[in-house]
Amino acid sequence: MAIKTYREALREALIEELDRDERVFLMGEDIGRYQGTFRVTEGLFQKYGPHRVWDTPISEPGFISIAIGAAIEGLRPVVEVMTWSFAFLAMDAIVNHAAKILYKSGGACRVPMVIRGPAGPGKQLASQHSHSIELWLAHSPGLKVAIPSTPADAKGLLKTAIRDENPVMFIEHPQLYLTKGEVPEGEYTLPFGRANVVREGTDVTIITYSRGVVLAQQSAERLKEEGIEVEIIDLRTLVPCDWETVFQSIRKTHRAIAVHDDWRYAGFGAEIVAQIQEHAFDELDAPVLRVAGADVPMPYNKYLERHAVPQVDDIVAAVKQVIA
Amino acid sequence: MSTRTKKPVRPSTEEREELLELYRQMLLIRRFEEHCDKAYRQDKIGGYLHLYIGEEALAVGFISQLNSDDRVLGHYRDHGYVLALGSDPKAVMAELYGKVTGLCRGKGGSMHLYDKEKNFLGGYAIVGDVIGIATGAAFTAKYEGSDRIVLCFFGDGAMNAGLFHETLNMAGLWDLPIIYIVENNKYAMGTPVELHSAETDLAKRASVYGFPSETIDAMDVLEVRQHARRIIDQVRQTKQPYFVEAITYRFVGHGAADITDPGSYRTRQEVEEWKQRDPIPNLANYLLQNKLATQADLDQIDQEVHQVVEEAVRFADESPDPPLDVLWEDVLVD
Repeated sequence: MAIKTYREALREALIEELDRDERVFLMGEDIGRYQGTFRVTEGLFQKYGPHRVWDTPISEPGFISIAIGAAIEGLRPVVEVMTWSFAFLAMDAIVNHAAKILYKSGGACRVPMVIRGPAGPGKQLASQHSHSIELWLAHSPGLKVAIPSTPADAKGLLKTAIRDENPVMFIEHPQLYLTKGEVPEGEYTLPFGRANVVREGTDVTIITYSRGVVLAQQSAERLKEEGIEVEIIDLRTLVPCDWETVFQSIRKTHRAIAVHDDWRYAGFGAEIVAQIQEHAFDELDAPVLRVAGADVPMPYNKYLERHAVPQVDDIVAAVKQVIA
Repeated sequence: MSTRTKKPVRPSTEEREELLELYRQMLLIRRFEEHCDKAYRQDKIGGYLHLYIGEEALAVGFISQLNSDDRVLGHYRDHGYVLALGSDPKAVMAELYGKVTGLCRGKGGSMHLYDKEKNFLGGYAIVGDVIGIATGAAFTAKYEGSDRIVLCFFGDGAMNAGLFHETLNMAGLWDLPIIYIVENNKYAMGTPVELHSAETDLAKRASVYGFPSETIDAMDVLEVRQHARRIIDQVRQTKQPYFVEAITYRFVGHGAADITDPGSYRTRQEVEEWKQRDPIPNLANYLLQNKLATQADLDQIDQEVHQVVEEAVRFADESPDPPLDVLWEDVLVD
């Protein structure tokens, strides 16, 4: 298998799906001639031309609404948001329409589309370019949410997302674009709703996704030196979510922590904790803890930013706390 | 100067039937909605109910000129569009009654009608949002190289939403085959155009996106039909958008729950003056005066429409509520 970056893997998925299905088209700000802010779409306008790769004005509500209209008419729009922070402008289109048209039409109109782009802290991008958005999207019935952590998952989940009959919110991470990993060549899809046990362990389960998986792996290496064996579950998709794999792990380790970049208060970690206590309460030997972003707007300063997002030290401390 | 006087051309049978059909459709919308208003007060229709009464000439005049694969999308005052498109009045009424036999199995209601078979791609209840989604339907027609066009109906209040300007800009940039029709009925709910739009000439306000815009009188169905033919032909040919400001008037309140109208934001006298332009009796008079129909013909249509509405009401009344399983269906496609 070839070693590729996360963004090359995403690009490979786009190319394969553009080749496979003529109904698939890409749309977004500066994705064509400029080749994308994070260069995921590098070379695609040059390869596929303006009929398949649409540069849009800076109009998130506008082009996301147009994509929804195209999807109900049977096309397969793949919309890039330059950052998911900008998609707040289009939350009306996403939540009031993409998520509800199937339901309110009594099943008559489907909305098969993908919105993809980066979310989460980058490097000193400050308060308006650093949002994690998964919780906002996962909270609304009618949307699927995929949030890959590795290049292989990025490719496999994006291909599945483009083929899905539902609106799929596909959340990439700005700090993962240049990470590398093995990526299967050609046809490779990953089913939604199947978590990945990234690392097996016996003492504590870390439930996480996206950049949290990288942090968890680094934490696990450190903890191993102290004889603590951590199991890591990468949820991969939050809607649908593979809770059974989580419960199975807890039946083994009896301890768990949830990790994400997003704010702690009412974040997805709260859902993880609630699911565990509802379905695996008797298996627990300690309270389930959360390691998450500080509940503040993201500061610009590098030192403050570091303290606003989870670090390996925080995870190591939390694991020791649940074991103690 | 013309040297010969023109003899009035006797309309063909086809033309006569077409005119009677326009009359029948407008009357159907009127009678259907008169019942809706009653049913709302009996609590058989819930939520919000926005009636099209007074504006029938617009939907009927335009929609009657479409090809069968053209698309229509509208805002939440949407009963007129589906009835003009030929949706089954029984399924429409059942939807308003929230029954499982309704167009959307009782999950949409008055503001969210869909009828994919008739190419009605939705009533949208967030003011202005239909404009974006309809533009996506036009995008698809272009993408597929199809000849079909899209009609997009919305109210004058929607022109103040950012989405209006965002999507008209893209429609102009990309040459999308869509006709934007603003139903200028003078009020956004209870706020008059003069108080919500810095430029009250709405056609002018929409004229900066690189495609034509014009104002038409939408109280006369024959005039609407004539404009519609010309504009639809042009859009189909040029594949460019078109903006129509349709001057119209609703004879009833913004919503059926509106108890302060007339009186609070418009006078009873104003409403009565506009009723002189009621498109339905005016068309009846035209048909009679030009001997295109006899009173007996019109009475027969009246009788037929009455029966259609009665059947729709009976059907809606007798239909069951959705079974509980329906609550959980269609959240996502499996």
